[in-house]
Amino acid sequence: MLRRAASGQIPDPCACPFRDSDIAPMSHSLTLDRPLRGALRLPTLPLLTLLTLLSGGSLLLACSSGSIALGAGELWLAASGHGSQLADTLLSLRLERALTAWVTGGSLALAGVLMQSLLRNPLADPYVMGVSGGASVGALLALWLGLALWQVDSAAVAGALTLSALLFLLARRDFARSSGTVLLLLTGVLLSAACGALISLLLTIAPDAQLRGMVFWLVGDIAGTPLRPWPWLALLPAALLAWWQAPAINLLALHGDHALTLGVPVAMLRRLLLILAAILTASAVSQGGSIGFVGLMVPHACRLLCGPDLRRLIPAAVLSGAALLVLADTLARTVVAPMQLPVGVLTALLGVPVLFWQLQRTRRRLA
Amino acid sequence: MLHCDQLTLRQGRRTLLQPLTWQVRAGECWWIAGRNGCGKSTLLATLAALRRADGGHIRLCGQPLPQLTPRQRAQRLALLPQASHDAFDYAVQDAVAAARFAWPDSGDTPQRVAAALDAFDLGRLASRPLQALSGGERQRVALASVMAQDAPLILLDEPSNSLDLAHQAALQQQIGRWRAEGKAVLLVSHDLQLAPACASHALLLDEHGAHRQYPLAELNAEHLAAVLGYPLTRLHHAGHPCFLPGHPS
Repeated sequence: MLRRAASGQIPDPCACPFRDSDIAPMSHSLTLDRPLRGALRLPTLPLLTLLTLLSGGSLLLACSSGSIALGAGELWLAASGHGSQLADTLLSLRLERALTAWVTGGSLALAGVLMQSLLRNPLADPYVMGVSGGASVGALLALWLGLALWQVDSAAVAGALTLSALLFLLARRDFARSSGTVLLLLTGVLLSAACGALISLLLTIAPDAQLRGMVFWLVGDIAGTPLRPWPWLALLPAALLAWWQAPAINLLALHGDHALTLGVPVAMLRRLLLILAAILTASAVSQGGSIGFVGLMVPHACRLLCGPDLRRLIPAAVLSGAALLVLADTLARTVVAPMQLPVGVLTALLGVPVLFWQLQRTRRRLA
Repeated sequence: MLHCDQLTLRQGRRTLLQPLTWQVRAGECWWIAGRNGCGKSTLLATLAALRRADGGHIRLCGQPLPQLTPRQRAQRLALLPQASHDAFDYAVQDAVAAARFAWPDSGDTPQRVAAALDAFDLGRLASRPLQALSGGERQRVALASVMAQDAPLILLDEPSNSLDLAHQAALQQQIGRWRAEGKAVLLVSHDLQLAPACASHALLLDEHGAHRQYPLAELNAEHLAAVLGYPLTRLHHAGHPCFLPGHPS
């Protein structure tokens, strides 16, 4: 091309026809194995293997620890159906609770990653934006009315989706401006405050008999939540869809509106992210009440660990969010046994110092 | 390559651009000049389909702009925006590689990214995080991204912002190479030395939406001074025209 130009002929790039059939679907597996530029600098495969082992290990630990500890041998026997009745019962109880924690933690972490990329703000999470507040209002309303468990769940989902839709309608035009992120974040904070007021109102007018359940539900607790299929049906497709779209979400996080000029269907992608985050939040809130902090801290920690590239960050956040909540829940039910702490208290108490430490490291690195 | 037919831009009631009929061909570089707020960036945003035209039609490579998918547009047109803010700490080479999004991965991504990094002297900074860069370095990353995107029409909004002298010269050379490759460049700039050295044509916009088009050879100091609202002198320096503020003494 250069030679032709040198001879005075200017080629017309428009003349070369583009055919859409030439365009392969986004392929990112090819470049996935480059060395990482996060703090650990582990290649992708070992990192994800490590995190998979960690989150599997957290399940094992959760199954073995408790008022009656189960050794590896007993676990194996119970799992293969030859254990004692006590071990069988303990295993199924603990595994059920651990799996609930796993899917809740994974959902919260993924919702956080998606909202942060959507808003291009590392401080955004479902709690800041009021999405979980919407879910809480819905659920508390159902609890106050004395509805059945499945109705409480549905009310939580309805609340989260309503809040997301409201957020989307109010701030629809903010997506189109580069300055819109601030307005959108403020809208979220306002909606969150409104939900907070509604929650206080519901707690004030609730009869004493329901008050304890409502408060405990608000704090965030996994105890007593039965293992249900639909949070898994929300998390797995959402994670796969987000991972498949990771190159596009990367560009949205990098360039905001201008990602459009790089070929990203920005409006559609933003809608997708908002809906996915709402469903994941509703699922997590209906499982474990309001467990704050996971959606904020896990993406942060993972970003420091493996860099901001969502092709790595999405699976890493799901796996470590899951592991974190399983471990925190295990700790919550063993640390002052026989009393059980709400897991939300532990995630905050454990998470804050870790986050501070990592922020301090980042400050030093940037200085 | 780019054809505007009676293109009109408005902001509220104010007319930013009176109907403009304009043709940009391969190998041309248009200097778009005008005072602050006269609608230069809005024009680029409209051409990049970031906002809708308030009247008229735009055809890019023969096809109406609104009919192209984002991916098709990105294969034909690249935009260097005026400012960028980085919320996340992507590494320089990852940010540049991400600009290849619109193209199917044919295995040449690493070479193209390396070439773009080299062209803007970013080889040393390849694995540095964006947030650790200076303003000029960040601007060079944005330019390298535009280069990696490899579109035939390149829109540059103030590309020489915060670049040091040597990198401004490198930018000028790169624009020359793009033109030789048959790409077209639209250059919004207040740089009275760099822009005339790069451009083949000029589009002058005034504050009331009026506009004039000139081949650069015919652009004299009076034309430009009338639009910019400041007296200018046209000189010839290092084989290119350039403009200096003030009357000839």
